[in-house]
Amino acid sequence: MDITTKIAGIVFKNPIWTASGTFGAGKEFQDFLNLDEIGAIVTKTVTLNAREGNLPPRVVETSSGLLNSIGLENKGIDAFQKEDYPFLKKLKTKIIVSIAGDGKIAVQKCAVCFTDKNFPAAIELNLSCPNVAHSGTKYSLIAQDPYLTEEIVRIVKKETPRPVIAKLTPNVTDIAEIAQAAEAGGADAVSLVNTYMGMAVDAYSMKPILGNCAGGLSGPAIKPLALKAVWDVYQKVKIPIIGIRGIMTGLDAAEFMLAGASAVEVGTANFTDPSICAKILKEFEGYLNKKNIKSARELVGKLRVD
Amino acid sequence: MKHSEWKKIIKGKILSNLQIAPNHFELKIAAPWLAKEFRAGQFVMVKSRNETTDPLLRIPLAIHSRNGKNINLLYKTVGSGTEILSCRKKGEIIDLIGPLGNGFNYDSALKIKGMKVLIVAGGHGIVPLYLLAKVLREHKVEVEVFIGAGTEKYILCEEKLKKIGTKVHIATEDGTKGAKGYVLDPLMAYLKKENVKKFSSSAPRDVSHLVYACGPKSMLAALGRELKKYNVAAEFSLEAYMVCGIGACLGCAVMTTSGYKMVCKDGPVFDMRSIVF
Repeated sequence: MDITTKIAGIVFKNPIWTASGTFGAGKEFQDFLNLDEIGAIVTKTVTLNAREGNLPPRVVETSSGLLNSIGLENKGIDAFQKEDYPFLKKLKTKIIVSIAGDGKIAVQKCAVCFTDKNFPAAIELNLSCPNVAHSGTKYSLIAQDPYLTEEIVRIVKKETPRPVIAKLTPNVTDIAEIAQAAEAGGADAVSLVNTYMGMAVDAYSMKPILGNCAGGLSGPAIKPLALKAVWDVYQKVKIPIIGIRGIMTGLDAAEFMLAGASAVEVGTANFTDPSICAKILKEFEGYLNKKNIKSARELVGKLRVD
Repeated sequence: MKHSEWKKIIKGKILSNLQIAPNHFELKIAAPWLAKEFRAGQFVMVKSRNETTDPLLRIPLAIHSRNGKNINLLYKTVGSGTEILSCRKKGEIIDLIGPLGNGFNYDSALKIKGMKVLIVAGGHGIVPLYLLAKVLREHKVEVEVFIGAGTEKYILCEEKLKKIGTKVHIATEDGTKGAKGYVLDPLMAYLKKENVKKFSSSAPRDVSHLVYACGPKSMLAALGRELKKYNVAAEFSLEAYMVCGIGACLGCAVMTTSGYKMVCKDGPVFDMRSIVF
């Protein structure tokens, strides 16, 4: 059985990856699973300069979901490369570094920090964090603006030799349109979806629960919404799609691949069980076996809608 | 003081899960490795039930005590997760991650002769502090405990604390037990009586008293405000909405004098003077 997947010319050992912001830079999880078993680790988003993050409370649980407004807390790209690269480079899995900026110039300055021809395996361009402000667009997120999305992807592609995965927001009228814009800008793949904007209210205190008022919703609660987004985008773009949201089991992963994803990113589930990626991979292999499918790549987009 | 650098996912057998006060339960779990490795002030992330998406996340619970190869968790039911946990039965297997966070630092209490430890708890804030008191008493350290709660039935662990040889002061807001008012009142009266010196940045640190506290945020904020005026060292154990418990999600941030820190990884125990309330 072949469970490898190929994206932007890179072969990944399997399609079960970790989602940015849910796996740190891997270190926190090494007590719980063999990191080398994971298809790829997507690191927590880094920005050019350190960010303090948002006012607490930053997280609250909702029905089968997690609402967060972390606000891209990170130590900045220099400290990240200096402190976390040695550990990440030792791992025998692919590393994808997630980057973000509040506008064109900030993203460009971030992208120029990736000149190495071999590391990381790819860059995930986070155009869709719902918890920070963006400039240069009338929208609140870069990936709500097809023109800016295309332009920024093009800028990043010019600055770095590494493949670029554009991470998109579902908080739009037509996510396929944005995916097409990323493709036109030269993106090697798109990953979707980032979180859905949401709120939680405390009726007794009559206040929002999150310090930042609103946040982004993740977890199994939004899995059907994310599946639909992947399916919609799959009809419209030729570049590979990485499916994200609500993946807790190997069957969830298979569902996203049937809807058109070439790989999946496991997010919130890492918080419920820090060893879950290994479990999901095993279940996914079990599914392929049961269905007598020889290659994971055969699954992509094979949803039967006739 | 040696404690584990390792965290594990543990499947422990429930030995009992009994109600000890209104809305409060004590859960005994067979977990030999954990019982050996953890130290006072550390916590575990507990799954209320296995294979579920609602509740989705684990519950952070301080470890209350150890008994040979078993650990005890004392918790208050505050939401659907803890409600479900309270229905778990003897013999069932429970999934927990631990030991997590940093425990209390009490080396100086053991080293410095004559050091007196003051423990201040609000409601179920006594949960991690009871074990600290027990450990200190085993080393013959003098411990005075101040417990406050809304009403008598929420004063927990009083008998146990007396049994290990601590002096217990009680305050309830409705006056049904001990002094009427907040736990801060008997504590301040005590500091005055003992002539504890006022804080000054130039004065050498007073080594006569060490304070440990845990309780609701409003209580700790008030306590911090008053305690900072005195020349005492203090550690507070904080509560927060927590998601991963291992320092990955950056959700349980608390503001400190050196920026945001994570309650799960950098705490839950913090130097009182470093917390920005």
